[in-house]
Amino acid sequence: MKEWIRRWYEGDTELLTDIMDGAEVPDRPRKELKQQRKAFRAKILERVNSEPVLRAQEKSFYAIYRVIAVISCVVLIGVLLFTVANLPHYGTENPRTVEVVRRYIEHGLEETGAVNVVAGMILDYRAFDTLGESHVLFTALVCVMILLQLDKKTIRGGHMDSYYRVKQDTYFDISKDSIIRVAGMVIVPCIILLGIYVLLNGQNGPGGGFSGGAIIGAALIMFATAFGFNAVDRIFTRRALMTTTFVSLAFYSFAKGYVFFTGANGLENHIPKGTPGAILSGGLILPLDIAVGLVVACTMFGFYSLFKRGSIGSD
Amino acid sequence: MEVTEIFRGILLLLLIVCAIAVNLTKKLLQAVIIFMSYSSIMCILWILMESPDLAITEAAVGAGVSGILFLMTLKKIGSEENNEQPGQAPTEEKP
Repeated sequence: MKEWIRRWYEGDTELLTDIMDGAEVPDRPRKELKQQRKAFRAKILERVNSEPVLRAQEKSFYAIYRVIAVISCVVLIGVLLFTVANLPHYGTENPRTVEVVRRYIEHGLEETGAVNVVAGMILDYRAFDTLGESHVLFTALVCVMILLQLDKKTIRGGHMDSYYRVKQDTYFDISKDSIIRVAGMVIVPCIILLGIYVLLNGQNGPGGGFSGGAIIGAALIMFATAFGFNAVDRIFTRRALMTTTFVSLAFYSFAKGYVFFTGANGLENHIPKGTPGAILSGGLILPLDIAVGLVVACTMFGFYSLFKRGSIGSD
Repeated sequence: MEVTEIFRGILLLLLIVCAIAVNLTKKLLQAVIIFMSYSSIMCILWILMESPDLAITEAAVGAGVSGILFLMTLKKIGSEENNEQPGQAPTEEKP
């Protein structure tokens, strides 16, 4: 043991592997041990004596750190305020983008078939942006899975199991609370209904894929909080989540690829625009809204599930 | 000056107060709650600026889901357990 401590103090890098391999502590004669102890004490004394110097160094470091922090903060605020002061006023026309804006406002309805110009903009004119955003969400979900998902070994056996799971699940588990259960029973269907309304009405009014999907995801989180994860696991496994996300993203990519191809090459586009204001209008906007909404809802719930218990679904 | 202008001014002031208060709060839980209220104020401001699409998203994501994720993170790093000392951030390392 003392040998290990000595090696640890000297910064031996092979110490950990030696301990893991079960290396035996070498026996040392008493004289050598005494000498070691003396050397150890001398080292500690040396360290203590040199402490004032260390402390002074630390103090100067923190002083410089604070000064630099204040300076960089002030510079950043100045740059941002200067930029804001040079922006065009709210509501006035910006001469650089006025052509694009006019085109969107004047021809948006006939070209996209959507009453909500914003939906026409983000899902028709600039659908590539939204495609990238959905893929960013998917990538974020995958990254969180890589970081936080517990693997099967950790879940099934080993001492990590009892400690981690019990602590995680009982600390904030409020699913047995009857107030939350009854409130969830009343609120969750309403929120899901509102989310579906916002999702399907994106081309006619405010809303659309991202906001509707976020509302549905929040409702799923509420459901999982009120009724526990076992209730959600029956329908929402990891396989279901991954399949939904993949199908949505693939559909989005192919549908938009078709539209871009036919539009760019002057070919005939077979997607009907529909009457503006009806639910089935706006060409591809409604299906794309649904695809984006599914991706967002899956991502939101996946984040929550991974943060809370380290896995999506029970597998 | 119209009523909406005054209302907007009050909201903008509250926005600045919230933004500064998030930085100055020592307790992480309070900081998260102030951040969520910041999002709610921003949501009303989006409506006043006539962009309800953004307002819905801000309310759902800013005030809802991201706040929940922050709270889950606080639980993960265990800042709730050593919150007994008042006026000191649990994760802050003293120089």
